Amino acid sequence: MSIQLESGAPGGPIQDSWDTYRFDTALVNPNNKRRFELLVVGTGLAGAAAAASLAQLGYQVKAFTFHDSPRRAHSIAAQGGINAAKNYKNDGDSVYRLFYDTVKGGDFRARERNVYRLAQVSVNIIDQCVAQGVPFAREYGGLLDNRSFGGAQVSRTFYARGQTGQQLLLGAYSALMEQVAKGTVTLFPKAEMLDVVTKDGRACGIITRNLQTGSIESHSGHAVLLCTGGYSNVFYLSTNAMNCNVTAAWRAHRKGAAFANPCFTQIHPTCIPASDEFQSKLTLMSESLRNDGRIWVPRDPDDKRPARQVPEPERDYFLERRYPAFGNLVPRDIASRAAKREVDSGHGVGQLGNGVYLDFSEAIGRLGEAVVRERYGNLFEMYERITDESPYQTPMRIYPAPHYAMGGLWVDYSLMTTVPGLYALGEANFSDHGANRLGASALMQGLADGYFVIPYTVGSYLSTLLGQAAVPTTDPVFAEARASVTSEVDRWLSTKGTHSVDHYHRELGKIMWENCGMARNRVGLEKAITELPQLREDFRNNVRVLGQNESVNQSLEKVARVDDFFELGELMCRDALHREESCGGHFREEHQTDEGEAKRDDEHFAYVGAWEWSGHGEPQVLHQEPLEFDYVKLTQRSYK
Amino acid sequence: MNVTVRVWRQEDAGSAGRFETHQLDDISADMSFLEMLDVLNERLIEAGREPVAFDSDCREGICGTCGLMINGQAHGPAEATATCQLHMRKFSEGDTITIEPWRAAAFPIMRDLIVDRSPLDAVIEAGGFISADTGGAPDANLIPVPKTVSDAAMDAAACIGCGACVAACPNSAGQLFTSAKLAHLNLVPQGQAQRWERTIDMVETMEAFFGSCTNYGECEKACPKGISIDFIAYMNRDFVKAKMKNRKLIGQKFP
Repeated sequence: MSIQLESGAPGGPIQDSWDTYRFDTALVNPNNKRRFELLVVGTGLAGAAAAASLAQLGYQVKAFTFHDSPRRAHSIAAQGGINAAKNYKNDGDSVYRLFYDTVKGGDFRARERNVYRLAQVSVNIIDQCVAQGVPFAREYGGLLDNRSFGGAQVSRTFYARGQTGQQLLLGAYSALMEQVAKGTVTLFPKAEMLDVVTKDGRACGIITRNLQTGSIESHSGHAVLLCTGGYSNVFYLSTNAMNCNVTAAWRAHRKGAAFANPCFTQIHPTCIPASDEFQSKLTLMSESLRNDGRIWVPRDPDDKRPARQVPEPERDYFLERRYPAFGNLVPRDIASRAAKREVDSGHGVGQLGNGVYLDFSEAIGRLGEAVVRERYGNLFEMYERITDESPYQTPMRIYPAPHYAMGGLWVDYSLMTTVPGLYALGEANFSDHGANRLGASALMQGLADGYFVIPYTVGSYLSTLLGQAAVPTTDPVFAEARASVTSEVDRWLSTKGTHSVDHYHRELGKIMWENCGMARNRVGLEKAITELPQLREDFRNNVRVLGQNESVNQSLEKVARVDDFFELGELMCRDALHREESCGGHFREEHQTDEGEAKRDDEHFAYVGAWEWSGHGEPQVLHQEPLEFDYVKLTQRSYK
Repeated sequence: MNVTVRVWRQEDAGSAGRFETHQLDDISADMSFLEMLDVLNERLIEAGREPVAFDSDCREGICGTCGLMINGQAHGPAEATATCQLHMRKFSEGDTITIEPWRAAAFPIMRDLIVDRSPLDAVIEAGGFISADTGGAPDANLIPVPKTVSDAAMDAAACIGCGACVAACPNSAGQLFTSAKLAHLNLVPQGQAQRWERTIDMVETMEAFFGSCTNYGECEKACPKGISIDFIAYMNRDFVKAKMKNRKLIGQKFP
């Protein structure tokens, strides 16, 4: 099988691309819509928005979530906000500027026409959410409030306190539940997708396992939409929720969907460092803290005095020293790497030496405690709850943590993967953020894909299937897929090893974080590529999954996810190894400027690297989609 | 630190449950409560025994997936704190900690500490939405919402749907959850068109699953987001009003 990476975006002026696409696309008439069955996997922002919008159009939709309720998806944890080019602040924002900022922020590794469409529909998202009753922050006059965010010089971020993701998800969830009430969406909670079913090269259904009863079920449809989020949990410790995983996307990859730019992962600079070996996840503290906090470490690595007792001249405010122009406000990737450099050279603080200080004493002196409390009170409280230290008294300790995956399933302009009929939306696809995502853009992309892109684009595929029934679940392709899932379940239950799934997940995470984390180099990546298959072999033979299939069995749920993480991890390392440049979240130590900044190689690497599956244990084959920049000028980012 | 946990074990909704006691040595006081349970599970697995099933996801207090009765208190001893944000330093050396699932007739136990909270979704399905099909919305700033109204709606909308209010209530009432969801939508201008119909639908669905409210106030105390019981009063008032305003229903559906 050979993969063709054609974006399919209409040519001509970029401003007209989306209009042209919508006009040229064949429509499905309302009577025919109800004859099409669509399977939506995942009910986060992208999934819930897509399922609700498609059902409103008249399609028959089945929505699947492995949670007990669609409202638990990890979109709910997004704090900061959502971008939109409304220009309500009259400060010079425009669709073009949002487009420009996003391409540049992504370090020029995203497809221009997709990003332009994202910026265009961003304004509709805010309208839609407000109509649903999302309680965005307001000015006293009753109009919407905005704030500014990293990587932009305008105020275009809409927010609902520190819970924007929660409120947007509840909006999409309520729209979804309305359709469930109307009978246009059938909801399958506690159903985890374990395989994509294909027939004659087209996606025709999925296999799910019911997490309550263990029953392995077939569902058929004319198209399958994967809205299953990102894969940062490959690092074990990340800011993602415990259950976030790559399994749905990975199973699709194994059925022929190319996986694009897997090494583009984002590390968020301000998280609370791990406190012990059993730490299960890392907690993010909003980036806004860097507006008033000063980041430092003691000059002397052996200085073990409490922070307050280290005199001013013996502190190294390393961001202010290295980046006098931007200081503590340099972008995420740069702040993260600088902190890593300090910790690696032994300057780390805290009991485990795994953090740097974020100090508010100067801000408290300058503004008074009351103002600081007003700005950051809820974050300080959250920090104190976790660490038992008050940031009013002693500096916070922070350290970077994996946070978001820019890479994902390759999709064309219509969000279709390389498997006809199989779509990927939201964080699960690779499309809009290039090598680095700007703050407040993840929510925007998930909702854009779900509310405003897929309802149009799916029609262009379905219109070719008019009059055809979905492949019945009695077809042998379903029996075959079900048998393979069942035998996998049996395999894990009969392994009878000695170590828990978490034990192996932690070991996997250590290898990934050390070699494919914030900074990568050839030696480390090659080492990881050798070590991962060995550890995976050990895992497959010695993991212990107790209990049975026919009831709630959380080890059984986890074991398949970790197995897929192993294969993904290896691909991430291969991708990072082949990409001989530094860009955005991907920093190769061999490729940096004299000042230690990322050095892109546009001549050789201005492309999307999409990998084609070639069987277990076989290295995937790389395909390239060249990226053309007709509108945004390629420049080196500088923050000195 | 060293603690003893008495943890509820139950195969499924149909089986009888029991407490199991485990001694846990060398627990770090900096661990979260759920990490303590992770350690317990790790040790159980190493010993060849099935781990304790419990729900959790975001582990930062926002998804509402986790929820345990800890020493008889929903989400444990810390105020306005979800189970996942509770840390072991809130306990003392040598403590015995009793861990149970949410106990309510509406929430059958699925296994060990996991319960089925789907009635909360049923309440939303009944009317917890503003009908606004994708695409037809007017410009967002065409609908001004006074800041005080928007703030009050947000206070209600902060509910994470964990079900602690039901578990804490001696009557297993679902009033705090339902009223928070209802108030969010009934307060804002966008929600007015369906206000009275929504109120009837949500309240009556709630009553089909949950017990009655007798103003104990335990729900507010247990709520990890500090949702105020004032919203219950608001819902009751809207329910009475709805009975008057839904004229088309008077003498018909509700004689």
